[in-house]
Amino acid sequence: MSAPKMHIKVTAWRQSGPDAPGAFKDYDVNDVSPDMSFLEMLDTLNERLIENNEEPIAFDHDCREGICGSCGMMINGVPHGPERGTATCQLHMRKFNDNAHITVEPFRAAAFTINKDLSVDRSALDRIVEAGGYITAPTGSAPDANLIPVPKAVSDTAMDAAQCIGCGACVAACPNSAAQLFTSAKLAHLNLLPQGQAERWDRTIDMVETMEMYFGSCTNFRECEAACPKEISVDFIAMLNKDYVKSQLKQRRLAGQVFP
Amino acid sequence: MQRSAVTQIKVRKVAAWPITFYRSAVGKKWVMAITGIMLMGFVLSHMVGNLKLYLSREEINLYGEALREIPGHLLPRTVFLWTIRLGLIGAFALHIHAAVSLTRLNRKARPVAYQSERDYIAASFAARTMRWSGVIVGLYVVFHLLDLTAGTANPDFVRGDPYNNLVRSLERPVVGIAYIVANLALGIHLFHGAWSIFQSLGVNNPRFNNARKRFAQGFAALIVIGNVSFPVAILAGVIKQSCEGTPIEEPCAGSGAFGEKN
Amino acid sequence: MALNSHIPEGPMADKWTNHKFESALVNPANKRKFKVIVVGTGLAGASAAATLAELGYQVTAISFHDTPRRAHSIAAQGGINAAKNYPNDGDSVHRLFYDTVKGGDFRAREANVHRLAEVSVNIIDQCVAQGVPFAREYGGQLDNRSFGGAQVSRTFYARGQTGQQLLLGAYQALARQVSLGNVELLTRTEMLELVTKDDRAVGVVCRDLITGAVFSLSGHAVVLATGGYGNVYYLSTNAKLSNVTAAWRAHKQGAYFANPCYTQIHPTCIPASDDFQSKLTLMSESLRNDGRIWVPKDSGDSRSPRDIPEADRDYYLERRYPAFGNLVPRDIASRAAKREVDEGRGVGPLKNGVYLDFGAAISRLGKPVIEERYGNLFEIYERIADDNPYDTPMRIYPAVHYTMGGLWVDYNLMSNLEGLYVLGEANFSDHGANRLGASALMQGLADGYFVLPYTIGAYLAPLLGTAPLATDEPVFKAAETKVAENSRRLLSIKGDRTVDDIHRELGKVMWENCGMGRTEASLSKALADIPAIREEFWTNVRVLGDNESLNQSLEKAGRVADFLEFGELLCNDAQQRKESCGGHFREEYQTDEGEALRDDENFAYVAAWEFNGVDTAPTLHKEDLEFKEVHLATRSYK
Repeated sequence: MSAPKMHIKVTAWRQSGPDAPGAFKDYDVNDVSPDMSFLEMLDTLNERLIENNEEPIAFDHDCREGICGSCGMMINGVPHGPERGTATCQLHMRKFNDNAHITVEPFRAAAFTINKDLSVDRSALDRIVEAGGYITAPTGSAPDANLIPVPKAVSDTAMDAAQCIGCGACVAACPNSAAQLFTSAKLAHLNLLPQGQAERWDRTIDMVETMEMYFGSCTNFRECEAACPKEISVDFIAMLNKDYVKSQLKQRRLAGQVFP
Repeated sequence: MQRSAVTQIKVRKVAAWPITFYRSAVGKKWVMAITGIMLMGFVLSHMVGNLKLYLSREEINLYGEALREIPGHLLPRTVFLWTIRLGLIGAFALHIHAAVSLTRLNRKARPVAYQSERDYIAASFAARTMRWSGVIVGLYVVFHLLDLTAGTANPDFVRGDPYNNLVRSLERPVVGIAYIVANLALGIHLFHGAWSIFQSLGVNNPRFNNARKRFAQGFAALIVIGNVSFPVAILAGVIKQSCEGTPIEEPCAGSGAFGEKN
Repeated sequence: MALNSHIPEGPMADKWTNHKFESALVNPANKRKFKVIVVGTGLAGASAAATLAELGYQVTAISFHDTPRRAHSIAAQGGINAAKNYPNDGDSVHRLFYDTVKGGDFRAREANVHRLAEVSVNIIDQCVAQGVPFAREYGGQLDNRSFGGAQVSRTFYARGQTGQQLLLGAYQALARQVSLGNVELLTRTEMLELVTKDDRAVGVVCRDLITGAVFSLSGHAVVLATGGYGNVYYLSTNAKLSNVTAAWRAHKQGAYFANPCYTQIHPTCIPASDDFQSKLTLMSESLRNDGRIWVPKDSGDSRSPRDIPEADRDYYLERRYPAFGNLVPRDIASRAAKREVDEGRGVGPLKNGVYLDFGAAISRLGKPVIEERYGNLFEIYERIADDNPYDTPMRIYPAVHYTMGGLWVDYNLMSNLEGLYVLGEANFSDHGANRLGASALMQGLADGYFVLPYTIGAYLAPLLGTAPLATDEPVFKAAETKVAENSRRLLSIKGDRTVDDIHRELGKVMWENCGMGRTEASLSKALADIPAIREEFWTNVRVLGDNESLNQSLEKAGRVADFLEFGELLCNDAQQRKESCGGHFREEYQTDEGEALRDDENFAYVAAWEFNGVDTAPTLHKEDLEFKEVHLATRSYK
């Protein structure tokens, strides 16, 4: 299966540390197979760099199956590159033309400090989850799993939202560096399920307000949805907005108003 | 060596609920949506009212007068109108304030821009130019008020004769073209805004999500076609100021696009 | 040191209950006086850290990822087993226990497996309460499916992303404890040394991967939940960063390493396409529920699969195992595929795969049903292989997937070093020589949620009133120096070969000589080759950059250095085990039909290895296995 090899010109962002200045640098990668994943193309480039005594390009990656959310970079101005619904590790070189010029740049946002080259610190997303992205269910306290029936439609929609891999592409794609899609996916996952109702309103306020400590605001560009490797819908953002307004404006002190 | 902490762009503070609510970006977007609906209502009724221009000078002038009289003798003259005006001014001010502070927040959220060219996939031209279309509309509204409400920007201004004022103003090609440009900007602004409202308010249902987009397109088109028709009609001479000097109490023969009715 | 597995007395079904009652407890008010270090935040680590913190212990959790949610548990696709018997098809704790012991080819400890089956039901309850969106029936009840060789439907799943959803559940529970201040979470921090004093684990030495700073953490107990070692083969379905370092360095401090030769080869992976291949991608085993595996009868058949008529196809699993057909356990399916490929009937451009065909299922059930069941897997396949599995059969081939071996632990999950606990894939305990499908998630969560939180109390209770060892003690300082020195040494070699290049070479040796089939000769060859590669590594590797910033080559070099030592142990273990069982297939020991031939007489033991030095032979300790409940029998899936 010797598919013809491609030549790719890569312009990569090089930055030695969080506070160091960075700049683009051009590289030629010659023997690129169309069956390579994008990261394997970078591996090949890195091997070449090491042979030439140049430090390899740092980039985050791990599972290379599109599920861990480690990888992610701007590829020609789009997070995770040109193919919709695909994480960088699952993007294959056959999607590019021979002699393509590819520019790679790290995700940028105030909250995403650049560690080195294309590797960024996305821990602000963890702060959002820590603020309330869970259902309080201490180990051992759970009733039988089938005690509460969950309508299939609800469970399916919760799963649509829960698929988020936390890669940060939504933030990178958003002209405002908003983390709305990430936050709304986590909120929708938990707010839709019956188990999540008890903490629904507090969770919404805490997560939204923590999100806003680090990220910009949603102005409905929908770039996040287009960049999301799991194609999570902006409908969940509408749900976040509604839940936030509800939790802020509705006085829930009276019994019976706690649940929706 | 200590690792650098994650940059915060905002401090979370607790205050009385309306303040906390407005302080949040989601709250501000909600306020923008609500005020947006008010302003859309105004824009729509303003356009529909102005269609009277095509009936006759008398009709539109009576319409102007009627606005001052609402709601008949229940309130002193112009009280209701001013209430509406103050409401709109408030809505306008909040809309702008929210927009400006969100823009500033969003600038802080990405202090270092992308160094390579961005390729937008989903964001429409309208969405990306909201702040500029907003600024154009805002500036135009100021001029529009000076021109046709206060009259200071219109040398031929006659208080109480909107027909005269409108035709006299839009006859000037620069003003007419500015009016058209501003309304195109308004249309672009509405195109994104009218859809965005549903998102910001969380009005969302797979059954009618497609209709949200069509509504926004239709609404923007309606406003642009209606409003732009006025300067076009005036500049093209379809509507003329043919009754110069006629006292406003008297009907003006031959005015309006369709001539005298009686 | 004699191995004591501390299996409780009493009837099998009561052992765990009795043991929980008899274990010493730590008073709720005293729990916060104990510090526990949890290394690794995958399913086992995150669930353990969260649960220990809920109980009141002071927990420090360490992850080398940027967030706990990246751990490779996230990639598990198929599901999680539990003896819930919701489908009313005759499942029970005893049946799950029985299936797991039998599936493990009688090389697991019965008592551990029984406990695993017992707590499996609690896991599902726990996960549902946390909001894991398991698949549901239209009535709102949980859906189950049959999975990998099980004759009952006991597998719970969340589309093809069960591992992701379970990990997110554990991660969220952990995040809650972080926000409450009960867990100190150190991300991008790699544990590089276990610190012991008097055969007791007292802490760890870590490197901050961003700043390169080396520092010590001290605690009353250390919990390793650092996953498996499949990447010793270079190509595996493991994530790129998965490694043996934490376990290996603990081993070098005295912890015994058990059964390293039990490596599971997963039958349904996408075949490698070239040398640049950085990893292999697994396709969930659930595909075998509806897919039929075949190769052309004629090895020279170069027709496209759709043009090969039924008469010219060999559905070799259905032919050889009529009862189980395509659902035979993983090791059997893998070896059968290897046999076909070795005999020249492989398919695909490199003739390195077999077909997994959905044609029949699509015509029977319709495309929408298949799409609903496997849509996302088909998508993954199409993305990688550039073939549409709805039209063309998938090509699959076995790949290293899971490692049953790991650090030796007793019934309490404590290693032979006191205070060192090992959970999840990192320990050896529950799967014997072969793990059943959908059991890895079950074991990781069982260990973290329901086993360790009970058993650790018994160890800690007598330590009340003692403070953790100060980190300026000589043992810590010496370990820190060792870690710093190791980095310095790697950076100073400045040789000619990249770390990956040497890792690939090691992987090749391992796969060819100690992969799906092993012989005395191949193992001797590997044992001769590995020290040479190790020598090459330490004299000729090129690691650029510095220690003071993010340096992924340096991290990788440290891990590969450990694989180069560990690989030898794996081969040693494979060599001493002169029988075939589960994930360990010695070609000399097979039946006339090519099935694994166990030798229960001589090898019904756990091989626990003691480290004696890098170039010194390790010492073998044996823990004899007794089978009282499940009678030793040859596995038959005919």
